[in-house]
Amino acid sequence: MKVNNIILETSIKVLLFIITLFSVYIFTAGHYYPGGGFIGGLMTAGAIVLLLITYDIKTVSAILPVNYRILTAIGLLLAAGTSVGAMLFNVPFLTHVFTDIELPLLGEISLHTATIFDLGVYFVVVGVTMTIIQTIGEDE
Amino acid sequence: MLDIVIRIALLCCSLAMLGLIYRVIKGPSTADRVIALDAIGVNLVAITALFSMIRKSSTFLEVILLIGILAFIGTVAFAKYLERGEIIENERNR
Repeated sequence: MKVNNIILETSIKVLLFIITLFSVYIFTAGHYYPGGGFIGGLMTAGAIVLLLITYDIKTVSAILPVNYRILTAIGLLLAAGTSVGAMLFNVPFLTHVFTDIELPLLGEISLHTATIFDLGVYFVVVGVTMTIIQTIGEDE
Repeated sequence: MLDIVIRIALLCCSLAMLGLIYRVIKGPSTADRVIALDAIGVNLVAITALFSMIRKSSTFLEVILLIGILAFIGTVAFAKYLERGEIIENERNR
């Protein structure tokens, strides 16, 4: 039986960008407002799940050729790397530093190493959620 | 004045949600229950907005967008399950 869900496929093309942008916003705003790596990763995984529901596993793996287990490993490496990296400067484990610099386009911006730790959390959440859902999804 | 209006609106939203919960419990078919759950999500958005007006804070605005997105994803997943029998397919037949 041929399926024809063109309304869903058309609305996804608009909604997917909004959801992804919202997840990136909620990830970057996590230092000053509610949000952070966990909920941002969950919303990115929600966008990919929406793609999986609309299309199928083979199409999505062609659109996003990401191995989610390796993504989880990269996230853990980022989190552990920023934690251990503090010990190279003779300060305790998990010590974070920040600095204010002037960027040409963005103006004054505060760069914090906790953001890299948060990026690790983001990658781990996306990787674990998508691994669980894809493993349950493929039933052969 | 605005506080009384917000409280009356919250009461109306709660009553609407009670009616929707009755439909979730009683609904003859599964589609009735799915639509009632989707409407409960929309009502929850309204309640969150009114509550953030009572608390005079803007920290719940992300929650509103989040509930809207999650209600949409859940309804689409339920609809696909009812139509096709599985939510995530391995390969579409086309």
